[in-house]
Amino acid sequence: MPIYSEKVMEHFMNPRNVGEIENPDGTGEVGNPVCGDMMTFYIKVKDNRLEDVKFKTFGCGAAIAVSSMVSEMAKGKTLDEARKITPKLVADELEGLPKNKFHCSNLGAQALNKAIDNYLKKQAKRGKK
Amino acid sequence: MRKVYLDHAATTPLLPEVREAMLPYLDELFGNPSCLHDWGDSAREAMEAAREQVAQLIGASTDEIIFTGSGTESNNFAVKGLALAQQNKGKHIIVSAIEHFSVLHSAKTLEKWGFELTEIPVDQYGTVDPDEVRKRIRKDTVLVSIMHANGEVGTIEPIAEIARITREHNIHFHTDAIASVGTISVDVKELGIDALSLAGNQFYGPKGVGALYIRKGVRIMPLLDGGVQEGGRRAGTENIPAIVGLGKAADLAKKDVASRVKHLGHLRDRLLTELPAQIDHIVVTGHPKNRLPGNASFCVEFIEGEAMLMLLNSQGVAVTSGSACTSRALKASHVLIAMGLSHELAQGSVLFTFGIDNAEGDIDYVLEVMPPIVERLRQMSPLYAKFTKTGKGGR
Repeated sequence: MPIYSEKVMEHFMNPRNVGEIENPDGTGEVGNPVCGDMMTFYIKVKDNRLEDVKFKTFGCGAAIAVSSMVSEMAKGKTLDEARKITPKLVADELEGLPKNKFHCSNLGAQALNKAIDNYLKKQAKRGKK
Repeated sequence: MRKVYLDHAATTPLLPEVREAMLPYLDELFGNPSCLHDWGDSAREAMEAAREQVAQLIGASTDEIIFTGSGTESNNFAVKGLALAQQNKGKHIIVSAIEHFSVLHSAKTLEKWGFELTEIPVDQYGTVDPDEVRKRIRKDTVLVSIMHANGEVGTIEPIAEIARITREHNIHFHTDAIASVGTISVDVKELGIDALSLAGNQFYGPKGVGALYIRKGVRIMPLLDGGVQEGGRRAGTENIPAIVGLGKAADLAKKDVASRVKHLGHLRDRLLTELPAQIDHIVVTGHPKNRLPGNASFCVEFIEGEAMLMLLNSQGVAVTSGSACTSRALKASHVLIAMGLSHELAQGSVLFTFGIDNAEGDIDYVLEVMPPIVERLRQMSPLYAKFTKTGKGGR
């Protein structure tokens, strides 16, 4: 029996939104090579909505599928809606992740949140100017 | 799609001759070798013929061979059994840092039971320096266990040299030869060791059977108590079909070892030279010369091994990886880390192990499908992006 669901395999084999955004409105980086997985998310925000989401990921099949799924789930959502994407929701959408991989590979939501934080911080700075 | 199995370190296919030899013992010749009737006699005869074949393969005599249920059991038996049999003499044991877990974890169990454990480091190629063993020998050292060859990186250890040192000090020396027996020529007398583990499924025999060579006169504490099978050293009704298969596989290996070394060595050398010629930022792991003929192991920078493995599998190629993500415990290969590789580089581990069923075309196929896979994963990798932009993060 394969360790990954069909959905994970489908996203791993055909990941959506891979790449970087030039001059992104926000970026979020999580993970480190010791634990195995690293993800960077890039976002473009327009009218409080995620107009574009892209990612780069160093990691296993699950990490790549998670990144792809998060990017797909987030695109077009308002920032508040995007904040509600949790690792559990991502895993459910992927029809499950192997137990031992749930925490290490499921960093996509965290990376996306960091990118949103980064965007809001930049906005605040701009406001002050 | 082409199917290419390059994971012979995990297990080898069963040779048709081996299967044929086993079949009667799964069928009408089902007897228990401990029994005194005809059924028992035929099983016993087959078992003793297999013992002769295994003894012949490694230059031992038949009464020095104990059949076990796996390579892991052989290693557990040797490490625990030899240490426990000598605990009145001393409670210090020495193993290398790159042993298989069946040796390392047995040694750790002994530690819990009151033994002291010393782990010998290895150099960047995974080689144990015999002088490092000499330096760590103490008055109370009772056992040294160092593998003959490492299945993950292919490095062959200087066992004969280490054995000279242990003999000088009158210390028992066990070697885990599971990765080497049947692939290269192994002779217990030439190596000068006291105990040696081997397993059937590493050289075209069945799974679920192994053997332990114990030099005549060396005492070992049984792990399995019960009947008097295997001279009272390993109780339990013997797995006759598997033992017969192991014997046949040993017989074939003895005949074919020279041609196996040549064939596998050629395939290995092609991949070791041609893959780095096609892919930048790739490192060969293990010893450049003293290595198993069927082993080509690499670390590919900026990408992770499990993803590589899965994409190769989607192209019909079976390999393995020592990356953290590939292991159930999510830890990078202790072998690669002991050799001084960074966790980041160890994440890019990919291991090709060849068998006698592989041919030139398999190498051509790997050389065709592998570079685009590496490129695809690098295009996704934030580490590679950082490297191409800043030149930083490379080795």
